[in-house]
Amino acid sequence: MVARSPAVAISRWAVLAVFAVLCAFPFGWATFTMFKADGDLYTVGHIPFLYNSPPTFDHVRVLFTDTAFLTFVRNSFEIGLIVVAITLAISVPAAYAIARLTGQWGGRLAITVFIFYLVPPTLLFLPLSRIVADLGLQDTIWSLVLVYPTLTAPFSTWLLVGFFRSIPRDIEEQAMVDGYSRAGAVVRTVLPLAVPGLFTVVIFTFAFTMNDFIYAVAFISSSDSMTVSAGVPTELIRGDVFFWQSLMAAAVLVAIPVALAYNFFLDRFVQGLSLGAVKG
Amino acid sequence: MRRTVIVDETVRVHHLLDREEVLGPLMLSPLMIYLVALIGLPLVLVFVYAFSDATTGAEGFSFVGLQTFQKTLDDPVFRVALRNTVVFTVIAQLVVIVLATILGFVLSADFRGRWFVRFLVLLPWTTPIALSALAWLWMLDSLFSPFNWILGQFHVVDVGTPVAWLGQDNLAVTSVVALNAWRTLPLAAVILMAGLTSIPPELNEQAEVDGAGFWRRFFDITLPLLAPIMMVAILFGIVATFTDMAAVYILTRGGPGESTQVLGSWSFITGIQGGSLAQGAAIGIFMFPVLLGVCILMLRRASRVDVV
Repeated sequence: MVARSPAVAISRWAVLAVFAVLCAFPFGWATFTMFKADGDLYTVGHIPFLYNSPPTFDHVRVLFTDTAFLTFVRNSFEIGLIVVAITLAISVPAAYAIARLTGQWGGRLAITVFIFYLVPPTLLFLPLSRIVADLGLQDTIWSLVLVYPTLTAPFSTWLLVGFFRSIPRDIEEQAMVDGYSRAGAVVRTVLPLAVPGLFTVVIFTFAFTMNDFIYAVAFISSSDSMTVSAGVPTELIRGDVFFWQSLMAAAVLVAIPVALAYNFFLDRFVQGLSLGAVKG
Repeated sequence: MRRTVIVDETVRVHHLLDREEVLGPLMLSPLMIYLVALIGLPLVLVFVYAFSDATTGAEGFSFVGLQTFQKTLDDPVFRVALRNTVVFTVIAQLVVIVLATILGFVLSADFRGRWFVRFLVLLPWTTPIALSALAWLWMLDSLFSPFNWILGQFHVVDVGTPVAWLGQDNLAVTSVVALNAWRTLPLAAVILMAGLTSIPPELNEQAEVDGAGFWRRFFDITLPLLAPIMMVAILFGIVATFTDMAAVYILTRGGPGESTQVLGSWSFITGIQGGSLAQGAAIGIFMFPVLLGVCILMLRRASRVDVV
């Protein structure tokens, strides 16, 4: 795929430019909007692609000072961190067991776990909202802490099985010959080698919890316990009044760090995806 | 000889935990118990609710047989939602197959600025759907959309006339399909990119030596080798679009009228906002056949790979 002629290079750049605009335009537009003064934004006839009056930080400031945005961010972080911990605690042992200890059953177990991943939140949210209410967790972040591992654990396990399988067996067998127990051997030899895979799981688990909308709006109705995904589109819009600059600021300020995190770990994610996908 | 004896003693000390048939299930059990309790059991409950008269208000419920299904099937909004779910998924994923192949192809090349281009291209997938749908909502504002101004400049519409991007059936449907295609495109492209890089370059080089042109190589070598991984990419897209609720809910609330309602959003509106657990569940169950189909395709794929 090395470019052979200027024509190939130019057409490739043209195609890339079209895709970049197609994919990024809503965010570019949101970024441009968030600094606009009200008078500029809401005047029909103003050229929308220019700042007709000087850009302002006012609406970004309003987002932080006059709305519950920071509460949403804090909730999302707390939920994300706890769910990452739970996901690792149940996925790492399970993935290791599937990759190493279950012999010919391993493949079937990996598929079973993956099938759990395919059961969508749009099918489960009704019974889960009942279960959450029965447990008295409604309107607290703990309802989401309880339920989010359903989104993250099957997928993480599936990725980790791939990563564990790519580590040679000899390594922990050697450690066991040297007198370590299985658990000791795993902690000393396999986990250090799996660190990049574990980081990938941490990032994607976190991102999956950020991405959820349906559980958060089904379980939570007070803005004190809302996440970014649910809170920004529901709480920051009051009736028919849209604070567009502040809303766009919220979208952009969440989108950019998440996208950066994805980008750093994308290659490993894809590797894990194809390990899992190809090897079953 | 002596060494073997020592090792055996260590094994005896750690006896149980070192036996694979004990340790394996032990390490698996927390995950499996969790998944059965919070995915398996709720999945059963969905079916239980669908045959009952359960509501969010009342504690108990009684079984009413197929009555809830009957009511669901008679509901014209449900029929629109069912049709929309299928149509949106098919159209969006057909668009994604074509665009993702092109995008995966140009992205797999090594070029300067690749990282930045990749960052921009991945945004639709990485951003939480609720927030990107919000960005679309503003981009498609009836009065202040940038597209209004562009159309105004070309005198397609008069400057200052609202354009009902989301308020007119056809345009709203197109917008929802576009949003779904847009947000599932990057993952499909990334998966295809991984597939492309795993094709041995010698295959293409040899074919080129033999005189095969770019398109010939593309259709005879690249595409067939890419087909299995493309299926994985599309299955992810199908699941995401078919089970979507947030994109429709935020962009159109199912409107105008109920013309963009899908199973996910209608199940939410009926089950949570309308309080009818039974009917919400019955609506959701209509997603089940497609998801089952996806599962079977995945299983067959996995077993085929195992054999090879």
